[in-house]
Amino acid sequence: MLIDALTLQLGYNATLVAIGAALLGIAAGAAGTFLFLRKRALVSDAISHSTLPGVGLAFLVMAAFGGDGRHLAGLMLGAALTAGAGLLCMHWLTRHTRLAEDAAIGAVLSVFFGFGVVLLTVIQTVSIGRPAGLADFLLGATAGMLFGDAVLIAVAGALAVLAVWALRRPMTLVAFDAGFAAASGIDVRRVDLAMMGLVMAVTIIGLKVVGLVLIVALLIIPPVAARFWSDRSDRVLGIAGVFGGLSGFIGAAISATAPSLPTGPIIVLTAFVLFTLSMLFAPGRGLLVGWLRHRRQQRRIHLRQGLLAIAQDLPIYERYTLNLLVKAGLARPDGVATELGRLRATKACRDESRWAVARRMHSHEATVSRYDGLRPIEAVLTGDEIREIDRQLAEDEEGCA
Amino acid sequence: MGAEFVMLSLAPILIGVLAAIACALPGNFLVLRRQALIGDAISHVVLPGIVVGFLLSGTVSSWAMMAGAAGSAVVAVVLIELIRRLGRIEPGAAMGVAFTAMFAFGVLLLEQSDTSSVHLDVQHALYGNLESLIWVDARGWGSLLDPAALAELPPELPRIAIVAALMLIFTVVFWRPLKISTFDEGFAQVLGMRTNLIGFGLVIMAAVAAVAAFDAVGSIIVIAMFICPPAAARLMTNRLEHQVLWSVAFAVFSAVVGYVAAGYGPLWLGAEDAVSAAGMIATVAGLVLAIAALYAPSRRGSGVTADR
Repeated sequence: MLIDALTLQLGYNATLVAIGAALLGIAAGAAGTFLFLRKRALVSDAISHSTLPGVGLAFLVMAAFGGDGRHLAGLMLGAALTAGAGLLCMHWLTRHTRLAEDAAIGAVLSVFFGFGVVLLTVIQTVSIGRPAGLADFLLGATAGMLFGDAVLIAVAGALAVLAVWALRRPMTLVAFDAGFAAASGIDVRRVDLAMMGLVMAVTIIGLKVVGLVLIVALLIIPPVAARFWSDRSDRVLGIAGVFGGLSGFIGAAISATAPSLPTGPIIVLTAFVLFTLSMLFAPGRGLLVGWLRHRRQQRRIHLRQGLLAIAQDLPIYERYTLNLLVKAGLARPDGVATELGRLRATKACRDESRWAVARRMHSHEATVSRYDGLRPIEAVLTGDEIREIDRQLAEDEEGCA
Repeated sequence: MGAEFVMLSLAPILIGVLAAIACALPGNFLVLRRQALIGDAISHVVLPGIVVGFLLSGTVSSWAMMAGAAGSAVVAVVLIELIRRLGRIEPGAAMGVAFTAMFAFGVLLLEQSDTSSVHLDVQHALYGNLESLIWVDARGWGSLLDPAALAELPPELPRIAIVAALMLIFTVVFWRPLKISTFDEGFAQVLGMRTNLIGFGLVIMAAVAAVAAFDAVGSIIVIAMFICPPAAARLMTNRLEHQVLWSVAFAVFSAVVGYVAAGYGPLWLGAEDAVSAAGMIATVAGLVLAIAALYAPSRRGSGVTADR
């Protein structure tokens, strides 16, 4: 069943929904990256919650004109209008009052959502149109979606992806360094506006598939997951798009296999699994790689300290150090150094003395400031320079070489 | 305003007012510390805990659900800190990842388990059911003196009353450390205050308030009351003492006016049924904030000029 779903063999509608969700995910991941880099990830929360009153109003208007009030494009238009109003309120609050952005976000999201709930109960009361299914906009539901709706979502998703592609350069620049972008002649406010417009578009397209409570997740989780894989903003953008697309596609496919698997939550949990895998296993910033790097550094330091102890005929008390030395064939288990161990110890000690001299010589100041206590001196200085240091060393008659 | 009012509206109004106060008190400090969205996050993450509490106990006995909610709040705090520290992700995004994922998990649990026999669903979690908390045994104002009738009050009322009292005690007892560490963390540390501990305590108190209020009235009121009354109060004055008093006044006003407007407004307009009280309370709180943002004396925050 799942294989059928993943290979798009669950019927025409399910296929179209899966493709639509994938396109939506790509657009959301990419648009979310700009928000994330600009440290405004939670603005999307305010936008998504303020779509609810728009859905309610659009339903009332359409039902008042005699339809059943469930035309998806109309509902999406209403959602866009109040989402825009919410965004304006938020901007106005942060610009014209002393309130910080987080308070403005929270105020807009709770008040607009609350008003939306009031409208939903009004709709139940006035009994016009066919309000069943309006609550699906909270959590997303693709089961029994009309063919036209699925087409609409797929087409709008494709348009959003195109818009991200067209705007990627100015937006990356602004997200990465707004000051530099302004200096290179980009209208930062207009790009910010475009970014918000894009986020709004993604939210509205996602209403039916993911639902307004959870669409935020598609805008936040893929970029955060992608951040583990690269430090370059253009790559983060691409990876976030891929992760978003995968989440949308796999999530929609899984949820198509059973009615008790709601689409929105499954898509979000798929994204969260991708995030967890990234956090654990990504090269560079992943936890596993970080832990291995830490272990290697620890081993190098312990070996070095062990060698220096051997060179100065000091006993080694640390079990870990001794084990490392034994394993490398540099010492016997009772702590006595092998032939190789003595040789390496002498070398380590000579390095140490040479570094000590180098540290006193002004000509090597820049190099020495990078010394981390482990690097062999030959890796940094030339043969001539080392000979010069050795001459100094002989004059001082210190060290153990 | 007779027997019917006492039976149908007194308990919900009191619960709404107490929930609003319990959230607004810690909300003042959260807004000043720019942690306003913690209320939003908490009210989402408690869902999986509540569902697990229900599945384990098999009933909607609120203590099991409260324990579950508290448990998942702790899980969320740990998860957010893990993502923030280990992943070096900025706090807003870390919060976004954790609370959406946990909420999605809660919804999935809810859909998978058979909760059709009780009123435990996502809508209930989001906007509560304040109207249903009626006082069945009340026969009029006299019932307030009748122990038998008082014993039949909705259990949410004493619970939220205890939590509101707890918030009041917390705010009064820790007033000085809260105030100093909110405005000048460095100075608080010089005075020997454990600012980390104070911040953590504040978040815990906010979580307690959110869980108790969530249980009674759903998450919209929680988020709205954490933010709107304190934010409006912030625009009224530069003094923290006055701000807290204003915020309590705004919270009470929103709860009472919102409930009345939801319950009786449609009747006055000629409609037959009431609309969602929780939604209306949030809407009124938003209107209060909008008026404050337009006309309040200290809305611009240009330092200490307006009301000293």
